[in-house]
Amino acid sequence: MSLLEARGLTKRFGGVVANRDISFTVAPGELVGIIGPNGAGKSTLFDLITGFARPDAGEVLLDGRPVTHRRPDEISRLGVARTFQKLRPFAEMTALENVMIGAFQRTRDVDEARRAACEALEAVGLGDRAHAHARGLSTGQRKRLELARALATRPRLLLLDEVTGGVDQATIPGLVRLVRDLHARGLTLVVIEHNMRVIMDLAQRILALQLGELIADGPPAEIMRDHRVIDAYLGEAWRRA
Amino acid sequence: MARLPGLAAAALLAALLAFPLVVTLPFPRHVMIMIFLYATLAQAWNLLAGYCGQISLGHAVFFGTGAYTSSMLVKTLDLTPWAGMLAGAVLAAALSQVIGYPVFRLQGHYFAIATIAVGEIVYTLALNWDLIGAARGLYVPIKRPDSLSNFQFHESKQAYYYIALALLLLAVAVTRRVERSRTGFYFRAIREDALAAASLGVAVTRYKLRAMALSAALTALCGTFYAQYVLFIDPESVFPLSLSILICLVAVLGGVGTVWGPLVGAAVLVPLGEGTRILFGGTGKALDLVVYGALIMLVSVLQPAGLVGLARRLGRP
Repeated sequence: MSLLEARGLTKRFGGVVANRDISFTVAPGELVGIIGPNGAGKSTLFDLITGFARPDAGEVLLDGRPVTHRRPDEISRLGVARTFQKLRPFAEMTALENVMIGAFQRTRDVDEARRAACEALEAVGLGDRAHAHARGLSTGQRKRLELARALATRPRLLLLDEVTGGVDQATIPGLVRLVRDLHARGLTLVVIEHNMRVIMDLAQRILALQLGELIADGPPAEIMRDHRVIDAYLGEAWRRA
Repeated sequence: MARLPGLAAAALLAALLAFPLVVTLPFPRHVMIMIFLYATLAQAWNLLAGYCGQISLGHAVFFGTGAYTSSMLVKTLDLTPWAGMLAGAVLAAALSQVIGYPVFRLQGHYFAIATIAVGEIVYTLALNWDLIGAARGLYVPIKRPDSLSNFQFHESKQAYYYIALALLLLAVAVTRRVERSRTGFYFRAIREDALAAASLGVAVTRYKLRAMALSAALTALCGTFYAQYVLFIDPESVFPLSLSILICLVAVLGGVGTVWGPLVGAAVLVPLGEGTRILFGGTGKALDLVVYGALIMLVSVLQPAGLVGLARRLGRP
């Protein structure tokens, strides 16, 4: 059975259709990439899956059970963690405390949450910044912090909104390695990514969105050859060249 | 975090315990009692606003609920005010859930405005509700002799002093306990970013309601204390908007989101209020508020973290 299934998801904002009739499945253990130009509806899709927005039509299923109208915190407790494209750290809390909020999902005990949070921070390479305030961290560090926070909830499915966006070139390989490690340890991931090289290399399967519609779903090599994807990304000129 | 060392806290507590034994004049004792009362109120408010980030300007609702519940129970059923105090706290907590559930749908300023509206509604209801004395107010029946079970002490203010101090210690203990628990971490996460908190599994509304219930219950305890201390209550004295605002001012001046802030705020503002009243008498009724206003402006411009924040900044090398 698929871990995650979207059935005909549609979301409108006024006259704009952010997602139109989107259906796909994610099997346990998969690493799925989502690509698409700005405004294609990638983040909206994450919002629909995680309960931050309500679809106008369609359903979200986890383990085959509908969760369409669950609240975000309920979705999280069902084992789905996410990061945000626009980072949302708890600015006045330390990095450790930020991650503890995630760890508290698994335990009431403060010391235990602190231990789990330390581990998660180590895992993303932020162990030495544990006691820094989140507002004092660089963008790359905040990105890792958000990842650690999501990981601390011990999710089965992790939705990453832009792994490398806004991060300097030097830190990209580290982040990519981190995602690959998580996947190797059995975590199922859905990753929104703008950097084509990164995503083609990372994902086993890619969903391509354009103007709210799912225009392709397949292995990276196939997606690279898909005319609609090439048009959406590079325009006709590229194909003719 | 800069914490007042345990030794200093113990010394302060010892001094407070010894104070009425040394100072027997009623007025200084009265000022201290008012400091404890407002510190407790500000601490209760701090739990909801400082830690959980929900700015309430309607906390007089819970203060009045505590005052009226115990007073009505003394009057009609001749129940000890202590039982009434407990009943008032439970009722205030329940009321806070009824108010909170719809009002927590609003965020930021809109939440604050809605709590003002609720406060005014309750004030108007109390003003017109004959059963509880309406605008005439309510006298708490005088009981003799002075005793703890009667919760009335006409000979000296000493007992009131210790009860008020005990209330404050309770509020501090509750805050400390919350601060060091998962609930406290969740409160702060909600204050910082409710959406991010939800994405990590925090049931935001449930925890806001929990903060509100705790805060309301502690506030109601103060209401009962006030009723037993003054022995007369009316809507003007226990339900007014000015009280809700004063509670907020004390906490903000001292510094929100810390255990010490409300204590410092009360220790500064209450003597100031009492002092200006003495200096300028009844004619200068609002003058203490003028001074408060000036102070708040100074704090918000110079040191938004409050006096505790200022002390921390100065304490840093």
